[in-house]
Amino acid sequence: MAFVPDFFGQALNGLAYGVLLFLLSVGLTLIFGMLDIVNLAHGSYYMLGAYAGLTLIAVTGNFWLALLVAPLAVALIGAAIERTCLRPLYRRGPLDQVLLTFGLIYVFEDLVKWIWSGRIRSIPTPALFSGSVTIFGATIPSYRLFVIVFGLAIAVALWALIEKTRLGAIIRAGVFDSEMTAGMGINIDRVFTGVFAFGAALAGLSGVIAGPIQSAYPPMGASILVPALIVVVVGGLGSLKGSLAGSLIIGQAETFGKVWLPGASMLMIYVVMALILLFRPQGLFGRALK
Amino acid sequence: MKAVTRRKFLATATVAAAGAAAGPWVRRAQAQAGTTITVGVVLPYTGVYAELGVSITQGMKLVFARENDRVAGRKILMIQEDDEMKPPVGIRKMEKLIESDKVDILTGPVHSGILMGMRDKVHSTKTILIVSNAGADAISRERCSRWIFRASFSNWQPNFPMGTWVAKNVAKEAYIAAPNYQAGKDQLGAFKESFVAAGGKIIGEDYPKLGETDYAPYLTKIKQSGTKAVYAFFSGTDAVNFVKQYDQFGLKKTAKLTGAGFLTEPDVLPAQGQSALGIITGHFFSPLLDNPVNKKFVKDFRAQYGGKVPDGFACQGYDTAEVIIRSLKAVDGNTQDKDKWVDAIAKVEFDSPRGRFRFDPKTHNVIQPFIYIREVKETALGLNNVPFDKVANVIDPGTGCTLPA
Repeated sequence: MAFVPDFFGQALNGLAYGVLLFLLSVGLTLIFGMLDIVNLAHGSYYMLGAYAGLTLIAVTGNFWLALLVAPLAVALIGAAIERTCLRPLYRRGPLDQVLLTFGLIYVFEDLVKWIWSGRIRSIPTPALFSGSVTIFGATIPSYRLFVIVFGLAIAVALWALIEKTRLGAIIRAGVFDSEMTAGMGINIDRVFTGVFAFGAALAGLSGVIAGPIQSAYPPMGASILVPALIVVVVGGLGSLKGSLAGSLIIGQAETFGKVWLPGASMLMIYVVMALILLFRPQGLFGRALK
Repeated sequence: MKAVTRRKFLATATVAAAGAAAGPWVRRAQAQAGTTITVGVVLPYTGVYAELGVSITQGMKLVFARENDRVAGRKILMIQEDDEMKPPVGIRKMEKLIESDKVDILTGPVHSGILMGMRDKVHSTKTILIVSNAGADAISRERCSRWIFRASFSNWQPNFPMGTWVAKNVAKEAYIAAPNYQAGKDQLGAFKESFVAAGGKIIGEDYPKLGETDYAPYLTKIKQSGTKAVYAFFSGTDAVNFVKQYDQFGLKKTAKLTGAGFLTEPDVLPAQGQSALGIITGHFFSPLLDNPVNKKFVKDFRAQYGGKVPDGFACQGYDTAEVIIRSLKAVDGNTQDKDKWVDAIAKVEFDSPRGRFRFDPKTHNVIQPFIYIREVKETALGLNNVPFDKVANVIDPGTGCTLPA
């Protein structure tokens, strides 16, 4: 029993968990910030990603192919939902949006049961990362190390996309003021669909990534909604930086909560959230509330 | 209600007492004229534990089908209700079965919370209940009832023998873990009791929340404790997540994973895959038990349900139905005299797939003929729990139960 490896190992656990949370919530915060829509069905895209991944792995036996293709399939579903269900609701109040997206959770859940049955499934760990490694006396599964590296790479890629490209400039402008952006001659409808599909794809991606660590079963989409919402609130709506910072903070809070206060690990997250909101009601990187 | 021919209905109606309301009157009339015996079933058919409800039901139906759905000249009718694993729903369904369906006998549930919620109503209305899963220890102890029998297990039963066995055969030090709810506490409590008595020492224990998805912090603690043995009770998705993550942390190389049978039952084994290999659990059943009744059970079950291998839950359903059939034969199909019927149930004894089935007259809980020690291996039936040792006659202590023995 040594304090340093213990602490370091738990910090790594918290980092891996935080990165998973980031992948899960970054799409949600983008959709929130850009479309101004409360998308409670975000977890459903995570579930659909996991199940699409399962099927692709069963057919091709290749985890990496599933990691690439499953998010694309989920993006198509996301785009279809945005075009048909969400578009008519942009001008309506948040209550209608909440009702609709909440209903979608059940529709998708039953759809998954119908296609894949309610049996508990799981994505096998890719052979390349099935072992574990010891760093400074702390053991960590190599797959979790991969998750950390992969997730942070996605964060950097997203940052580059949003900060360094013309498309990113349009998205940023849309988050800031979508009506003004439309006035500049940007086809904002198409951008909306694209951003929603992209957000759904990121959720689908996190479904495949989480597959080897967590089992897949129909209610999984509903169960991750709360942590994802907490991350968005802590980080600030529509902020990529906030999403990353919020995820990493919540990841550490929950992990060390389990270590130090096993009976009250859930409480830790809410305490952290309350503290942050007390001092920054708009979240860490959110724009000040108008 | 099944269709009744006009002649039968008329015959029944003549026998029946006049002046009762139409619906219940027909059903009561039938019961008296000896046509249909109704068996109420409260089980989860949706949600995470739907698989368990299906397995239990399949086991029951296998026995009833063998008897052509008849006993002592009367037809058997199952009325199935989905309790969704939610206590308020389960209790409402139970009330419907007792009050409007007027079932002759009740079976179920899976959830211990639903069982505890049903207990007083069943007891006060003198409705006979054969528990086909829920393991809450209290039902064999301070909350036992003359009208309640349990054909499945008490939470104490698979775990108590394992404590002694692990101390003797695996290690004298163990780290233990279970979800943070009543069944988790019950199961680990029973393990601890006998493990410590056999000279074992608990070097750490954790109670993650029910439905936990990330066990990493707990697994790191287990790893750092340097323990040679871990004893765990998890079921459903918790069992899948715990077992897979245990393997990913490389813990299988340093600490033997042992537990209650639910950790590696067939509802979770396919999702656990290779990660489950080598896990040792204690349970009253395995489809690989080498006895003629079990061999026939596995063969018939697979033929009936598309090759599905029966699990412990299917065996519980099978035994529940056997108890109903055999006790009714003993009282010649008389469901009216409840006292006589209860006495007949208490005396039921037969060869079950798990061994010789008997109730303990002191608690009405099943005496486990054996708790089998099983290891997960690759077999002809895919990944499965292979029994290699056993502990005979495991009887719940029944502390606080005051049934007339």
